[in-house]
Amino acid sequence: MALLQISEPGLSTAPHQHRLAVGIDLGTTNSLVATVRNGVSVVLNDARGHGLLPSVVRYHKDGSTTVGQAAQAQAAEDPHNTLISVKRFMGRGLKDIPDAATMPYQFVDAPGMVQVKTVAGVKSPVEVSAEILRVLKARAEAALGGELVGAVITVPAYFDDAQRQATKDAAKVAGLNVLRLLNEPTAAAIAYGLDNAAEGIYAVYDLGGGTFDISILKLTKGVFEVLATNGDSALGGDDFDRRIYCWALEKAGLHAIGDHDKTLLMARSREAKETLSEHAEAHITAVLAGGELVDQRLSEAEFNQITESLVKKTLAPTRKALRDAGLAPEDVKGVVMVGGSTRIPRIQAAVGEFFGQAPLTNLDPDKVVALGAAIQANVLAGNKGGDDWLLLDVVPLSLGLETMGGLTEKIIPRNATIPTARAQEFTTFKDGQTAMSIHVVQGERELVADNRSLARFELRGIPPMVAGAARIRVTFQVDADGLLSVSAREMGTGIEAAIAVKPSYGLTDDQVAGMLRESYAYAQDDMAARNLAEARVDGRRLLEATRAALEEDGETLLDERERAALATMLAELEAALGGDDLAGVKRATEALNRGTVEFAARRMDLSVKKALTGHRLDELEI
Amino acid sequence: MDFNKNHFDLFGLPATFALDGARLDQAYRDLQAEIHPDRFAHAGEAEQRLAMQWATRANEAYQTLKKPFERADYLLRLRGIEAMAAGNTAMPMDFLMAQMEWRERLAEAVAAQDMTALEGLERALRAEAALHQSRLADELDVQKDDAAAAATLRKLRFTEKLLADVAGAYDDLA
Repeated sequence: MALLQISEPGLSTAPHQHRLAVGIDLGTTNSLVATVRNGVSVVLNDARGHGLLPSVVRYHKDGSTTVGQAAQAQAAEDPHNTLISVKRFMGRGLKDIPDAATMPYQFVDAPGMVQVKTVAGVKSPVEVSAEILRVLKARAEAALGGELVGAVITVPAYFDDAQRQATKDAAKVAGLNVLRLLNEPTAAAIAYGLDNAAEGIYAVYDLGGGTFDISILKLTKGVFEVLATNGDSALGGDDFDRRIYCWALEKAGLHAIGDHDKTLLMARSREAKETLSEHAEAHITAVLAGGELVDQRLSEAEFNQITESLVKKTLAPTRKALRDAGLAPEDVKGVVMVGGSTRIPRIQAAVGEFFGQAPLTNLDPDKVVALGAAIQANVLAGNKGGDDWLLLDVVPLSLGLETMGGLTEKIIPRNATIPTARAQEFTTFKDGQTAMSIHVVQGERELVADNRSLARFELRGIPPMVAGAARIRVTFQVDADGLLSVSAREMGTGIEAAIAVKPSYGLTDDQVAGMLRESYAYAQDDMAARNLAEARVDGRRLLEATRAALEEDGETLLDERERAALATMLAELEAALGGDDLAGVKRATEALNRGTVEFAARRMDLSVKKALTGHRLDELEI
Repeated sequence: MDFNKNHFDLFGLPATFALDGARLDQAYRDLQAEIHPDRFAHAGEAEQRLAMQWATRANEAYQTLKKPFERADYLLRLRGIEAMAAGNTAMPMDFLMAQMEWRERLAEAVAAQDMTALEGLERALRAEAALHQSRLADELDVQKDDAAAAATLRKLRFTEKLLADVAGAYDDLA
């Protein structure tokens, strides 16, 4: 038997390794994966040299899938089973999709999130997104030659909690460790800011395939501070396509057409839109299933006219974001354009007019989000070279509770910097009331019915008292991914009842686990082997983190006995990592997690002291 | 972790209403640079949890001190006065009359869809808020008259509520 090697505490066992981390732009139309290589952020291409992966998933009868270009090319042949722009359905119910009738899908209205019936069974948008993520993960691992430590996945800044949670669930189903959910405009700002060493107020105008975001950021000495964000999570390039599609149908004198023709004509409309970004006119030509010929000429002027209201629809949120930030258009030093739809000349002109300056378009608007996400992923994975800048992002929409009369009581206001927590006390309405129903909502409107319902849960076991005597403290916590958790506690009598909720709109942990199992059945992957591999990744990460921490502060913050105790736990974890026992790996990881709590607290206190002393030194120099 | 430190101590600032905004910004950024969860994304669970708690604490303290109303309210609470407690609602008659006039102006501007009138109202309210703030600085830092400061703070709340309603009206007009 080989002897276990135990390194001396404070000494690193291996040279610092570059950890493989990626940024993923999970887009409505296209998705991309990027990474930092030799200090430069680059998009990873597939074997054919394509960077963009069309966000299109086709399901086959045997449960297998085709993702990307191939699925897109065959979309018109199999419209019911080829899911396009599925991001629009993430965290949405059927009633949230106003144009559902014009889509070729058989929707199933499930509680919280809509699902789609395919030849391979009923699929949740989470599973469909996971298929896209899985392809990007495989692409990255092939290109980088190893297992990923994790990924930063971008979401529209204006995504609410349900949409964010759905995105994180999709990553889980795809077997990706999410280092952070990052807002798309912020990711773009990173890509721009680091390239251009910018300082001042910047606006990021992000019009993607299905979502619109506007973010106002302040850049100072490496700090990216989001001041305000606004947008429309159901407005994007798809809507421009649909306008052309409707226009072409009307011009051709057609009304009801089949699903094959819908998909075909939508594709032609999209092509026409892209042509119009370069040329003064475009032709929409298609032979429909019944032999009818559609052949229409669309001029840029006509296109601008039929889409003018969409362009205007982006300026209202832009105005609101500026007002929330307490700024005027002339305070903005630069406007960054993100998303393929910002190639439309009329949009560039309208944005230029609004801000009184030509927008910045020197980075590829399709790639800039993924490039920024990769830079952030590199930092979060712990690779050197990025600890001189910091992101401070915000909650896009106010979070609150339903109170008497169906009114919303805001607990966390929109544009609060994350992470954030806020507690508020409520009381009982009736004598002897022993339970309280808590309804969590998100949105700016006064009436609960006008906002998005995120979760409902009940706090039980309140001791019977007269109305108004109980004190129920409800705490909202939003983490650095922008995800909410809520807890409630009865304070009045010292009897405490608390419940933490994972918002119930989306998927339960069991459902996610079920999807995971199902997907591996098709992928012919061994679930047990997968679990062990994941536990090992977690264990190794903790092992490395603890060793690095010991190297930095072990001598100063721990006494000899404490160092020895940690060394034992480290050795046990290392030994477990060498074996095949899943429970053993988990046990040793958990033991080290518990064993480092006090050390972590001391290190954090030291960090705080460091920040404040540094600050005082600055003052002395003045 | 010392959660008992007050917000001023956390940033190494004197506990006064008058505040060096640049110093607050700098101290906040310095602290976040050390303890933000992004700094600990690859660290162990315990450090990740602590980082989130500390960053949450830093954000709360910063938001409280940055906004004049919140700062004054917090300062008074440190001195044992709940200026906004229920029951402290009696306001001078002339002040209430002035409030009614503001409200009428707002309603008229909204009814007439008059953006210029709305902007004029906003400017006037901002001037009013600034007046309350300079009074607060005097009452809290110089006179040390906490009762007077509490009364001024309640007036500031009315003004800020009006400003929020003006912002809401802009949204409706836009």
